[in-house]
Amino acid sequence: MGRMRDTGRSIANWLDERLHFTKLYNSTAGHTIPSASASWWYVLGSATLVCFVIQVLTGICLALVYVPSPAQAYESLEYLNYTQPFGWFLRALHSWSSNFMVGLITLHMIQVFLFGAYKYPRELTWIVGCVLFLCTIAMAFTGQVLRFDQDAYWALQIVMSVLGRVPLVGADLLHLIQGGPIVASETLSRFFTLHVFVVPGLIIALLTVHLRLVLTRGINEYPVPEEGVDPATYDEDYEKLLKKTGIRFFPDGADKDVIFASLVITAIVLFAAIFGPSGPNGPADPALIHTVPRPDFFFLSLFAAFALMPPYMESFVIVYIMPVAVILLFLVPFISNRGEKHPSRRPGSVILTVMVMTTLTVLAVLGLTSPWSPHMNAWSGDPVQPQFVKGRTPLELVGASVMQEKQCRNCHSLDGLGGKRGPELADVATRLTYNQLVRQVLQGGGNMPAYGKHLKPPEVSALVAFLYTLHPELEPPARNSAQPAVPH
Amino acid sequence: MSDHEHEPLPPAFPPVTRRGMLFRIGLGLNVVAASFIGIPVLGYVSSAIFGRKAQQAWIPLGNLEKFPRGQTRLATYRNPFTTPWDGFVADIPCWVRRQTDGGFQVFAINCAHLGCPVRWFPQSGLFMCPCHGGVYYEDGSVASGPPPRGLYEYQYRIRKGHLEVRGGQTPNLAEPV
Repeated sequence: MGRMRDTGRSIANWLDERLHFTKLYNSTAGHTIPSASASWWYVLGSATLVCFVIQVLTGICLALVYVPSPAQAYESLEYLNYTQPFGWFLRALHSWSSNFMVGLITLHMIQVFLFGAYKYPRELTWIVGCVLFLCTIAMAFTGQVLRFDQDAYWALQIVMSVLGRVPLVGADLLHLIQGGPIVASETLSRFFTLHVFVVPGLIIALLTVHLRLVLTRGINEYPVPEEGVDPATYDEDYEKLLKKTGIRFFPDGADKDVIFASLVITAIVLFAAIFGPSGPNGPADPALIHTVPRPDFFFLSLFAAFALMPPYMESFVIVYIMPVAVILLFLVPFISNRGEKHPSRRPGSVILTVMVMTTLTVLAVLGLTSPWSPHMNAWSGDPVQPQFVKGRTPLELVGASVMQEKQCRNCHSLDGLGGKRGPELADVATRLTYNQLVRQVLQGGGNMPAYGKHLKPPEVSALVAFLYTLHPELEPPARNSAQPAVPH
Repeated sequence: MSDHEHEPLPPAFPPVTRRGMLFRIGLGLNVVAASFIGIPVLGYVSSAIFGRKAQQAWIPLGNLEKFPRGQTRLATYRNPFTTPWDGFVADIPCWVRRQTDGGFQVFAINCAHLGCPVRWFPQSGLFMCPCHGGVYYEDGSVASGPPPRGLYEYQYRIRKGHLEVRGGQTPNLAEPV
């Protein structure tokens, strides 16, 4: 036995003398890190990388079957879902792993920001990381487009409309990305090329630089309050820290990374197995206009922001504010390059992070419910509840039917049922007098269309008579103060 | 041997060696060679911008009798600029409004806000958009919501009892129909 072991060792040595694996290991996976950096807070980057590897693996498999042509993309996805063995599962893995990748890279970025890891000497690591973040978002979007269903088709239309708002070069940009006169085969092929060749290539190249920078400038030490960064002495201090507490990253410092990676993989597999693949939701046929396009969750906040911004600032925000926000993100290490790293000493950064994340989350939740969109089927689908017709006169009942017939319910709810675009009508009579109701219906205003041309005078009388009955039992309807206080 | 007695000053320009010269010529040749590849590649990619023609044509929407007076109907046409593998996506819908005096208005399906498909509600005479709540009157003008302008309107003409519109590319704020 001992003899065999010796022979094995000498073969390994012979190979190592020629391949220099030990040298490679010492300068890469085996590099020294401060032992405190082997922390649960530092597992997010490697977990993002795990997701990326899953994406490459499953993506290559999906590309074996997927057809990037509008005529057949949808069918090839159905084929993947129902005919190709394990096709549904690989699609599910690909889409869930993409969700996890977006989530983890965001958390990684927040952690790096809060731990001040972007400060001297890791400015470039942060900048490359920001580009990797943008690439990941680009992958999420182009991937959603390849799932060439109704949502994907209309998401493309939205992108083209956004590009059309860019001044001067808008039309050129649009044609470069759309590829042809309409969103069609050239567009899908372009997004396929971006999703499968260009952006992944960029990610691999940038990831190499990102990891190289981690090796050359070292992983960020675990921040300690009052031990800030001074570029003049930092390098020396970091060397001392490595001498004092240094451990090898692999295997000694990678314990938590490995555990967390296995948890992430398990979670992705479970989500994929339980919830299955995402879509496709209805073929991308522009003539099927009875559609309510919604983006995937990463873009819900953007979708919501577009709906909630005052229209006059929309183009300005899209063309100027959003690029400036991205540039600011890149400039973070130059805005604060030295000083405290620990979040407890950087309340401004913590507040900023909480504010940005709260805003994005609130917008995303609003994007899910989209209260600003009319409910296209409310006029025929949501009934007038019994309490609003009980005891009403025939004229008022006709008014209730006018309200349904003229699609008022698409924007107005009655006791919560119906569209949320306009104000709730269950107590409208307490807010507007009879004459104000007439004026509002005929002339619109305050973001309501004018119905004067589409209502005959008797319909207006009936409708307003009905609306004027909509008030809580013990709260009288509003009236002009110049009129005597008798019921109308 | 006394060659170390006085060291010569380094020359202002290092002498051009044969290797150096060959390397530079080689670099130059590669720039030329790369341009033989690079120019066609740039031309290929940028043809979407610079090579594009005005993609507009008259497209028949059907017999006039398909469009009763005083009504707004959905019509679908096959985009004239298309590839065989476009499938459904080259079937472009539009809203045709025939006024009571016989005149036409043909609207693009795309909301002027961000391009979602607007729907016509004849009872209230409104176009409504499902995305961000843009609403238009029957004549295409903005009734409420975020759209910065009215619905895009196609040019139309009537040839031999058929309605034709001038179209071919999706309208947007940079290039309305």
